[in-house]
Parts: sequence; C-alpha cells; structure tokens
Amino acid sequence: MDDEVHGGRSPDGVHQEPVVKYRKVSKSYGSTVVLNEIDLDIYPGEKVAVIGPSGSGKTTLARMLMTLEEPTAGTIEVDGELLWHQEVKGKLVPANEKHLHKVRSKIGMVFQHFHLFPHMTILRNVTEAPIHVLGMSRAEATERALEMLEKVGLSDKVDEYPSRLSGGQKQRVAIARAVVMRPRVMLFDEATSALDPELVGEVLSVIKDLAAAGDMAMMLITHEMDFAGEIADRVIFTDMGSIVEQGTPEQIFERPQSPRLQAFLSRFRQTWFMGGVQEASISAEKR
Amino acid sequence: MWDWSYAFQILPELANVLPITIAATVVGFAAACVLGLPLSLARKSNYKAISYLAVGWIEFIRSTPLLVQLFFLFYALPLYGISFSPFAAGVLGLGLHYSTYMSEVFRSGIDAVPAGQWEAAKALNFGKRRTWTNIILPQAVPPIIPVMGNYFITMFKETPLLSAITLVELLQTAKAIGSGSFRYLEAFTLVCILFFLFSYPSSLLVGRLEKRFQRK
Amino acid sequence: MLQTSIWEFTPLLLRGALITIEVTLAATVAAILCAFLSGFLRLSKSRILRLIGTVYVEVFRGTSLLVQLFWLYFALPILLDIHISAMSAAIAAIGLNYGAYGSEVVRSSIVSVPKGQYEAATALNMSPWLRMRRVVLPQALPLMLPSFGNLQIELLKGTSLVYLITLTDLTYQGMILRSYDSSKTPEIFAMLLFLYFILAYSFTWVIRFLERRTAKGRA
Repeated sequence: MDDEVHGGRSPDGVHQEPVVKYRKVSKSYGSTVVLNEIDLDIYPGEKVAVIGPSGSGKTTLARMLMTLEEPTAGTIEVDGELLWHQEVKGKLVPANEKHLHKVRSKIGMVFQHFHLFPHMTILRNVTEAPIHVLGMSRAEATERALEMLEKVGLSDKVDEYPSRLSGGQKQRVAIARAVVMRPRVMLFDEATSALDPELVGEVLSVIKDLAAAGDMAMMLITHEMDFAGEIADRVIFTDMGSIVEQGTPEQIFERPQSPRLQAFLSRFRQTWFMGGVQEASISAEKR
Repeated sequence: MWDWSYAFQILPELANVLPITIAATVVGFAAACVLGLPLSLARKSNYKAISYLAVGWIEFIRSTPLLVQLFFLFYALPLYGISFSPFAAGVLGLGLHYSTYMSEVFRSGIDAVPAGQWEAAKALNFGKRRTWTNIILPQAVPPIIPVMGNYFITMFKETPLLSAITLVELLQTAKAIGSGSFRYLEAFTLVCILFFLFSYPSSLLVGRLEKRFQRK
Repeated sequence: MLQTSIWEFTPLLLRGALITIEVTLAATVAAILCAFLSGFLRLSKSRILRLIGTVYVEVFRGTSLLVQLFWLYFALPILLDIHISAMSAAIAAIGLNYGAYGSEVVRSSIVSVPKGQYEAATALNMSPWLRMRRVVLPQALPLMLPSFGNLQIELLKGTSLVYLITLTDLTYQGMILRSYDSSKTPEIFAMLLFLYFILAYSFTWVIRFLERRTAKGRA
C-alpha cells in the first residue's frame, strides 16, 4: 500500500496528492555519501518532524528542497512539478534559474542562524520579498507584514534593526519574514538550536501557533523531542543518509522499533535526565 | 604600425638599463626598511611628543606625491647646499616615502607578537636590546615578509618616476629612443612588457610566500 | 630676477589645483566603474569572463602607472592612428590603473558577506540580481569604504604624474613658478606639498563621512 511505502497520509485522512515528493534522492560530496536514495512524501498541511544524529543528512534533505544544494541523483517534485529538472522537447534536462525560481516560490525556510538582513529594519526585512519578489505594493506588503509581526509578538520592534534584538526575537522575525510569502511548505532547519535555553520557548510557541493555523506543510528538523511530539503528525528518524524509521510521534518515541533509533533516543533521554538531575541538585542546594 | 624587427633592435638597449632600475629598487627598498624601523618605534614611543611627531610625519609624507618629494630633494635642497645625484636623490626619495608605509607594516608585525613574549623575556632578565634582537624581531618579521615583498614590487613600479629627476632608467631610455626615431609604440610597449614580466611572477611568488607563512 | 612673495604664487597654484581636482574626480569615477565591472567579472560563473577580469587586473596592477600614462598618450595614438588629448589619456590611465586595485576590494568585500545572507535571500525566492542589489551589495559597500579611502589618496598622488605629459595640474604650475623665480624653489615645493596634503585630507574627510552614514543600524 502507498501508505506503508511512503509512510504518511494527509491530516484529514483522505488521500491527497503529496505536495512534496522525494524519489531516490541521493547526495554525495566527493566520496562521502550524505543521503542515500531517499524516498519521501509530504502531504499538504502535514507537519513532519525529522530527527537524527548530526551528519545523518537531515539538514541536506531540507536544503535540497530549498534549492540551496543540488541532488547528486534522484528527483524532487513540488506540487506535481519537478524542481531540479524541466522538460525540454520531451527530454529531462537540469532546470534553469527561471524554472527554479518558479517552483521555489512554493517553499520557505527558517534558518538556525536566522540570517536577518542587518542593514534593514525589522519591518523592511519582512516587506522586502513581498514587494520585490511578489510584486506587491508597499502599502499592501506593509499591512501584511505588520499583521504577521503582531502574530509573532514583535509589533513594538518594527522600526528597530536586527542587531538590537535578542536571538529569540530575531528568529521570530525570521519566521514572520518567511511565512508572509505564503509558501506551501515551510522548512525549519534546527530553528531553536542556536538559541539560549530561556529563549527557545517563545520561538516554539510561535511555531506551534503556525502549525495550528494552517494549511501550510511543515518540515521541522529539530532536537526538541517533546516539541516534535506535540505538533508533528509524523516523525522521521534519519541516520547515516537513510530514513531508518518513521511513524506517529507515539510510535517513534514510545515504541521505537529499530536498534539505532532506540540508541539515539536513549542518548537523548540520558542527557535530558542528567540535566534534570543537575537542576534538582542545584535547587536542593539553594534551599 | 608595429615593427617586430625594430622592437628586437631596441630591446638590448632597454635591457642594458634594467640593472639601474633594479639597483634603484633594491637600494630604495633597503632605505625604506632602515628608515622605517626607527619610525615605527617612534610611533609606539611612550613620549607623546615623539609619537605625535612620528604620526604627523607619516601622514604628511604618505598623503603627498612622491614626484613632488623627489623634486624637493633634487631641485630644492641644492639651494641649501645639499646636492644629490639623480640616483641618490631617487633612492632617498623612494626610501623616505616608503619608510612611512614600512613603519606601519613593522608596527603591525611587532604588535602581533603576543604580550606574553615580552613578559617571558623580562622574567628571564633579557636586556632591552637582546629582547628585540633575539625574541621579538625573529617573531615579528616572518609574517610580514609577504607584505614587504609586495612593497618591493610596488617600488619597482615606481622607479619610472625617477626619470623626472633625470635618472636614466627604463622609461627615460624609452623616451630617448622614441624621440630619436619618432617610434614610440615599440619602445613604450616593450617597457610595459618588461615591467609586467618582472612584477607578475614576483606577485605570484609573494602569494605563495603568504600561503606558506599562513600555514605556520 | 623678480623678488616675489610666496603669496603671489597662490592664484596660479590654485588654478593648477583646480585641474588636479578635475582629473582626480573624473579618474575616480572611471576607477569605480572599472573596479565594479572587473570585480563582478571575476565573480562570474563563466570562466571566460573571470579570465578577462583577471587579465585586466593583473596587467594594470603589474605595470607602472607612469608607463601606462606614457603608453596611452604616446603609443596608443600611433597604434590606432587617432589623437588622444592629455586629459583623456590621464583620466583613462589613472582610472584603469586604480580600477584594477579597486577590483580586488570589490571582489573581496562581496565575498565576505556571510553565505547565510545569500541563502536567506534565496529562500525568499529573490532572483540573483535582486539579491545582489538589495541584500549583498548594501552589506558589501561599507566594507569597501576604508580600502577605497586609501586608494583615493593614492589616486590623488598619482595625478601629479600628469605634469609629465604636460597637463597643467598643480605640479605643473609649481614648476612654472620655479622658472619665474628659482630662488623660491623650496617654498614653492613646500606649498605644493601643503596643498596636496589639504586635498588629501578633504577626500579622507568625505570618505569618513560616507563610512559613518553607511554604518547606521549596525551594532
């Protein structure tokens, strides 16, 4: 059955066409193989969490969809259209920039290190692409931007420059900037990994709101297991360039099947556990 | 139009003058280094008066044209009884002008030596002079050699200015050949090529030196 | 022999200074154009375009400005059978020469804009041209200013060479004054140096002003 091969179905249970299809996608750098013949479907509005050890290829998976890296082999389809290839006179050739530009409009990305434009105010960061890429009028773009910035809780900072914001605030702006383009699929590449622990919550809460609001599919590459469990429809575990196991959060976290996943999760639980023990002993001392 | 046989004919005459151009570069460079080191020390001096004077001198010389400075040395100083030959005035001018650049290079090299080296030298009771010669300079100089190499190449390309104070070097010779035969094209083009043949490989060499010092 | 006070030199020197400023400004514009054009050529994906840019830079950096000046003024007219004015030759030679040095500044500044900025712009589906214009270049320009400032001073000094192709710049007027009263030679040259110094400082001041203005909004 299709479900078992590709592991997912759209949130309302009805079979829809996947909005993203990876078919036998591989990526190597020289002799190093980062991704090995990946097959993956993502359905419209589906929230997919991707977990795995560093170097397992999960970031590359997202970057290839965002056209930041080119697959060494295989095809990626977005909304029924090939991303990295186009048909010219009945033959498949590598896509040119014009084609990439067209298909890329359906994908958005939030980066680990935010990458806000330092020479623009917060408001301009969010209106720049709508005005110059989507061709919106300044008035309309500003209206949309202010709406989005209010949703992420930063209305009071619209005229500030990024250097004045905390990491959590910067990431929230980055999310607003990406979402305002209304992509079909949003990629979050370790969106909270570069944040101080006390700032992680505000960003996760924004992502949670986005997930609830929407018909936007999301791919969340993350180490925040609890969070992944909360909002994901499906969790994918990658290791050494392959998808080792996937399923619902309950299946993955409570009943991991493969030994590699079990080892990965136990390492995580240990760290969490050790962190918890430390915290407990510190608060004990304080008393 | 271009005449190959004429070009080959005048080539020896131009090549003959190369030693003078190279000599002017070498002596000028040596002068720049010799004058630059005390200048950089003056700039770092703890006596405000000395360091301000040094900064003022450096800024003034660096911001004014070498050509005018050469004219000053060659045409103005004789009025005070100091007469230089074209070669002497040339290398002195080059040396004075580029000593200001060298002083900045030396300064950055010296500053790059970690403070701990000075302290270790003091702890071992090294005298001031020994500290400089045995500990500081051996560490300061190697990283700045590529930059010094670049300035050497730059000074080589500045030697044609010395033709303005009547030194017979490459450009002056080309001008003489050209005005004699009214054929400027071959003479000046050959001079361009000769300069390029020297400075381009040299700059590649300097680039390689830079990589080697970065690896250390 | 006329006994002249140095203040009588001033009008003539100022006339020369005007020519110097004219050449400096025109050559600066030419140099900026060459620097950006060749900088972008060297960043191009096409190997041929990169080669053209590199050849231009290495040739003009690898030969002497004075020789280039003489070549453009004396040799090129013979080659192309045309007449080139001293002013045109001066602006061309100085512009091309310093443009080659500026090219490296342009290239390295653009390259030092963090890769993440390129990626964020791509993620927002900006075309490469839009990305360069509104994200990369605005961040690269402030990085270029200090080096451009240094090159500007060098360019100003370079204009003194145009005296040697008989352009009536500041140095030329100084030499003319010398011929009126050679006993005042030291004073004349001192005034030349002083005037050049003032010009250099004015340009430095303008660059510093631009640096401050483009630094707005940064930590």
